[in-house]
Amino acid sequence: MCIVLEDKTMEIIDNVGNTPDKLLEVLIAVQESSEENYISEEQLVSVSKGLGVTLSKAYGVATFYSMLSLKQRGKYVIQLCNSAPCYVNKAFEIIRAFEENLGIKVGEVTDDGLFSLEFVSCIGACHMAPAVKINDEVFGNLDRFKVKSILEEIIRRER
Amino acid sequence: MANILSKFYVKTKPLSIKEYKENGGFEGLEKALHKMKPQEILDEVISSNLKGRGGATFPTGLKWQFTANESNETKYIICNADEGEPGTFKDKVLLEGCPFLLIEGMIIAAYAVGGTKGYIYIRGEYPKSKEMLRNAIGVLKDEGYLGDKILDTDFSFDIEVRSGYGAYICGEETALIESIEGNPGRARTKPPYPPNKGLWGKPTLVNNVETLANIPIILSMGAEKFKEYGTASSSGTKLISVSGSVVNKGVFEVEFGVTLKDIVYETCGGLTENSKFKFLQLGGSAGACLPENLLDTKLDFDDLRSRNISLGSGAILVADDTTCLLGFIKATAEFFEHESCGKCTPCREGNKHVTKLLDKIVNGVATVEDLEILKDVALTMKEMSLCGLGQAAPTALLTTLNYFEGEYNEHIKGYCRTGVCFMKGGEVVNE
Ligand SMILES: Cc1cc2nc3c(=O)[nH]c(=O)nc-3n(C[C@H](O)[C@H](O)[C@H](O)COP(=O)(O)O)c2cc1C
Ligand code: SF4
Ligand code: FES
Repeated sequence: MCIVLEDKTMEIIDNVGNTPDKLLEVLIAVQESSEENYISEEQLVSVSKGLGVTLSKAYGVATFYSMLSLKQRGKYVIQLCNSAPCYVNKAFEIIRAFEENLGIKVGEVTDDGLFSLEFVSCIGACHMAPAVKINDEVFGNLDRFKVKSILEEIIRRER
Repeated sequence: MANILSKFYVKTKPLSIKEYKENGGFEGLEKALHKMKPQEILDEVISSNLKGRGGATFPTGLKWQFTANESNETKYIICNADEGEPGTFKDKVLLEGCPFLLIEGMIIAAYAVGGTKGYIYIRGEYPKSKEMLRNAIGVLKDEGYLGDKILDTDFSFDIEVRSGYGAYICGEETALIESIEGNPGRARTKPPYPPNKGLWGKPTLVNNVETLANIPIILSMGAEKFKEYGTASSSGTKLISVSGSVVNKGVFEVEFGVTLKDIVYETCGGLTENSKFKFLQLGGSAGACLPENLLDTKLDFDDLRSRNISLGSGAILVADDTTCLLGFIKATAEFFEHESCGKCTPCREGNKHVTKLLDKIVNGVATVEDLEILKDVALTMKEMSLCGLGQAAPTALLTTLNYFEGEYNEHIKGYCRTGVCFMKGGEVVNE
């Protein structure tokens, strides 16, 4: 296993706390420290060792909470709200716009690793539905044109 | 419009103790700690007739009394800030607009029931609110409102913020407790209820953000004055979050007793240009869908109960006639299928069958028998599920089958009046 990664994980555990009840908090912190917004298998093993919980327990928690991912994601995780209030404001058109602009389907990552698309339940931005969340930022009142310009803006920033 | 809660998030800067105090902040806490015995506080909350704002509308004072009656040395106070019900975003306004108010409520609760440690469980989708809470707790510790010997009394209490991370079920109080313990958030069998046996087996008081935010107000103005707001069965005000096809969407504070019609057409300025009212869903995705002729329903626990409707979180979603009813119901069902914790069979399997059947309906390949099976499954879920998630999951389905059966039958005959579903083997676009 990569020593640096293990050290980094242990450092996170030291910061957050090393009791079993901190499992979720630790996994969140591990994921937040990842460029690709996910928890690798190695890290999951280190977390289970560091907190003294079984690997199956760590896996169980990591797969139960849908904001955690064991699969590599984009640097920008685009979460498309598919709950009913966004549906009423025609979220399905926005979902299609993201898929078309990025050339990927929901659940996939772009080839350059910059974006990934996933569904998310209501993010509490229903007053500006249809809404999406890109990493920690919420974007609302979307239409096809706004979708395009948001993506272009990120791509420009990344160049 | 009433503003006993909203004045705090409208008029004060979120982390300013000075502005908070100028608007009456900490009056309740000072009174409680310096002038009242715990039982007097319990009596005051009981007589205020406050009912939980998290969805189950349980009398708050009674729940506090149950917790206080336990003789354990360790008791926990949990603020439920998981706010995951689709269409609900009213707690967020309190969390980000005036975090001191709910924290003050938690401190008073702890003093009244003998709480030794507090947790605020906040959903991971609200990173800004989480940050705000952590900062607010820091400020209050520095100022002596939290920590050892609060306001120079012998009473000590501290609060830790814990994060949810994308699981609606963790708003259910026992699933939330499991989550704080570091487990997957699966609901526990009740009883025992949290006031008797909750977090780590200790007596635990779980209250919603808005419920706790009402506490300082009740103590500072007194239960009698508080009861002047609202109706006989429903005291105080309610924060409602309105979304969908109305002109003014957002969070509004209304007095209990107002009709749904007033909310839609007065508070929210009616429907958006050129759109026609189709239905209103009350209480989020777990709530009932009501046709226009039921808009005279009052926001009042007695009136709602007599019509078999529940207020839930106070979310109001207005759908106009461009919304395909079946597409909407399918989106709702998919939400519950995804969020089911999988512990009990009626909910875990029922939700799967419901989405499968709805899929057939929107594809125009369902039969009349499918509709009967759908009803059967929905009723079984409602009656047999272990927790509120599975019990309420088919509410939208059952109420629309009742009020809008025609649109189900149309789809079975291969017709979608909104043109959203392409029927009879054509491409389905509403997914
Ligand atoms: C599936 C489900 C989700 C829930 N989500 C929340 C929530 O997000 N916030 C909340 O306060 N209560 C939620 N509740 C209700 C809680 O179980 C509990 O009744 C409430 O937190 C008690 O607080 P109150 O008495 O102050 O309302 C939920 C219940 C169920 C069944
Ligand atoms: S009703 Fe659903 S969410 Fe509740 S315990 Fe059963 S499976 Fe879990
Ligand atoms: S339903 Fe999409 S943000 Fe609430």
